[in-house]
Amino acid sequence: MNIGNLPFVAAALLVVFGIYTFLFKRNLIKLVIGVSLVETGVNLFLVTLGYRTAGIAPIYTFAPEAERMVLPTPQALTLTSIVIGLATTALLLSFAVFIHRHYGTLDVRKVKELRG
Amino acid sequence: MRKAVILVAFLFVGAFLLLAATSMRPFGEPSFADMDDYFIANTQVEVAANNAVTAVVFDYRGFDTLGEATVLFAAVVGVLALFRKLREDEV
Amino acid sequence: MNTGMSIIVRTITRLVYGLTLVFGFYVIMHGHLTPGGGFQGGAVVASAFALLLVAFGAAGIKGRLNHHLLQTLEEIGALAFLALGFVGIGTAFFYNLLAGSGSLLFGQLVADAQLLPLSNPGVFNAGGTLPLMNWAVGLKVMTGIAAVVIVMLIGARKEETE
Repeated sequence: MNIGNLPFVAAALLVVFGIYTFLFKRNLIKLVIGVSLVETGVNLFLVTLGYRTAGIAPIYTFAPEAERMVLPTPQALTLTSIVIGLATTALLLSFAVFIHRHYGTLDVRKVKELRG
Repeated sequence: MRKAVILVAFLFVGAFLLLAATSMRPFGEPSFADMDDYFIANTQVEVAANNAVTAVVFDYRGFDTLGEATVLFAAVVGVLALFRKLREDEV
Repeated sequence: MNTGMSIIVRTITRLVYGLTLVFGFYVIMHGHLTPGGGFQGGAVVASAFALLLVAFGAAGIKGRLNHHLLQTLEEIGALAFLALGFVGIGTAFFYNLLAGSGSLLFGQLVADAQLLPLSNPGVFNAGGTLPLMNWAVGLKVMTGIAAVVIVMLIGARKEETE
């Protein structure tokens, strides 16, 4: 394994921690935190895909002389992904508030039965 | 019993992810960069803007931004509909 | 969240709130020259509004802002973004008709064709439909996140008093 591959390993570690959190925890808010961790890992992976060694930001205003630029397309895709993650988290938390109002508890094992 | 099955499956998925991350291409050399080289070279001619990322988001790939705006709008409407004041005969 | 925070937090919020608003609008407006744009600037302005909510509590905001006005503004922003896609419908959907056309509305060309790529101080009057789309998306994100934060705070608080 190349030691320069550490950003990819960090993104994969974030995804693994997120999957562990929403498989093994019982509180609903902790499940939402796990989903948010998975989305953060995926966004980091997208941004590190478009890096060129010794590259500058793809902006032309006061740019340094004659360097090569980083790819701009993965940054645009990450922007979209962050906004969609925000929308998902807002809806998940609203559902958590409603479940607590209806059942009185936030334990995932106790909200299985239907209640009128 | 059920917890053991979930633990084995999680260890399998985690090992696969870490193995895939360590055997990726070297960090710093993108494989296919032809489209992005075209974007970098032609942003100031066609779009007349200095910011290549904004030009990609709003001009070259504007359709994806339209989809993202729709998702944000749907989420805001969903949250506002969940917390509305109910009348007497509504569920 | 009926009451706000202490008096130190409230005084600093009154000082910082205006500066954060101005910085957010600067990031939205200069999206075609510096890093930023509609989504980033909208998030900055929404964070200023969330700071106001946290420092003064739900009781201090009660009569000032209703979420119906914010929802109407968000719909206007979404429709404006969609309408700007139809400007250049003669060639394609989302075609940048105003870039480099010499008109008064963001039509200036940035660099000469023989000297590209060129590092320049930045021309504000350029970009075509790009700054207009930045404003539409910035308004949408700003009012959308503010409406969501207000509704979730008031909705969660009313549940405790029942």
